[in-house]
Amino acid sequence: MSTDLQPRTAATAAKRAQAARKPWRSNIGLKIAMAVSGVLMVLFIIVHMAGNLHIFEGREEMNAYAAGLRSFGEPLLPHESLLWVLRIGLIASIAVHIWTGIVLSARAHHARPVKYAHRHKNRGESRNAYLNMRFGGIVIFLFVIWHLLDLTWRTVNPVKDVHDAYGAVVAAFDPSRWPVTVFYLLALTALGIHLRHGIWSAVQTIAGPDTKWRKRTQAIALAVAVIIVAGFAIVPLSVTFGLVS
Amino acid sequence: MKLKLRIWRQADADAKGRMVAYELDEVSEDASFLEMLDVLNERLISEGEDPVAFDHDCREGICGACSLVIDGQPHGPQAATTTCQLHMRKFRDGDSIDIEPWRAGAFPVIKDLVVDRSAFDRIIQAGGYISAPTGTAPDAHAVPIPKQDADAAFSAAACIGCGACVAACPNGSGMLFMGAKVAHLGLTPQGQPERATRVLGMVAAHDEAGFGGCTNTGECAAACPKEIGLDVIGRLNRDFRKAAARAA
Repeated sequence: MSTDLQPRTAATAAKRAQAARKPWRSNIGLKIAMAVSGVLMVLFIIVHMAGNLHIFEGREEMNAYAAGLRSFGEPLLPHESLLWVLRIGLIASIAVHIWTGIVLSARAHHARPVKYAHRHKNRGESRNAYLNMRFGGIVIFLFVIWHLLDLTWRTVNPVKDVHDAYGAVVAAFDPSRWPVTVFYLLALTALGIHLRHGIWSAVQTIAGPDTKWRKRTQAIALAVAVIIVAGFAIVPLSVTFGLVS
Repeated sequence: MKLKLRIWRQADADAKGRMVAYELDEVSEDASFLEMLDVLNERLISEGEDPVAFDHDCREGICGACSLVIDGQPHGPQAATTTCQLHMRKFRDGDSIDIEPWRAGAFPVIKDLVVDRSAFDRIIQAGGYISAPTGTAPDAHAVPIPKQDADAAFSAAACIGCGACVAACPNGSGMLFMGAKVAHLGLTPQGQPERATRVLGMVAAHDEAGFGGCTNTGECAAACPKEIGLDVIGRLNRDFRKAAARAA
């Protein structure tokens, strides 16, 4: 019997040794990439949430805001240049976030190959975060696909006129389409839980605060998550309950 | 007191293990958890059976040898306490107790409840040291250190390297252990020359051993018998980011 830790195969050992020479491929390196991409998406989502609130100003204001996003910087910049910067940035962030998530989850899976027979309730500061982030992330990803089909490409939305953002939102959350609204709210809940952990976890990974600032960061993360969820939820709820029509 | 135990038995590293039930009568509530296992082992030996293998050394909570996941919690239900300092008065007459080894890919089981923790030694070899000139010991007050830093370094130095953080972590990560070493050595002037190479070397050795990454769930800090907090992981992340940026 050998007490040496033998890597599973020579191939994985070589792979690990190679990874060790590149610090950004390490667990912490990947986590930093995940944190930075997450922060970029949080900034986008705050702007998106604030922009949505134009709906309470009426159809013309909302559609003018949507048109303004497309014509931003014209004639100095080409049409939709702001949108394309945001789109490319988002696609890159999503790709990095999901890729690092898959790699880190796989490594975590290999790092705990045998489960405990006696499962005790978790008791950490951000308990169950590892499950909430992985499964909540999948829910959010599926939601984003639906969201694009519904309100960007209008594939599943009755209002096909791209310039009528107001009409599309009102049609999307019509009381007759209540399952869509319920799915939207469920996805928002998943997003809120994801952000409440993700925001402070990103700060912990990038900045590494002391105990006092970690506690403050956790409180700020909760506040930001609640504001984002409330700011997004108010739109479909207002449409469903007839405050916006 | 009477106890129903379920203990992980595994003949050697390659054998398939399983939970085996044992019943113990007349356990003193003043016995430590390890003494309770000693009583079981004496009985097993007298019955001609193989005693349960488990790690232990000082039995006073400072060596880091004892392990045991008791009812799903590394070092058992009492906070800030190693298994050897846990006493049977924490349990009730008739209790069922499940005892398992540390579970981590980087800590393979050698036998029963004993795991190979040499992966931690390799992390220490990769950077858990300082360069010191040889000769007579310098005066203790020769290098002034702010009280706050000395206290924080001492808190981190309380780490006994038992591996409860890895056992508790759902990702089998050794980040709390590494963070404790990086904080302990990096907070003092003596630890500055190797500060960047230390963190890069330790992280590479950590990943190479097959430990997972950190999701900041905090299970490690909740399980740590020396109450080391998540702030050391923050410091580890920060030191790593600076060192990796300079190395790139």
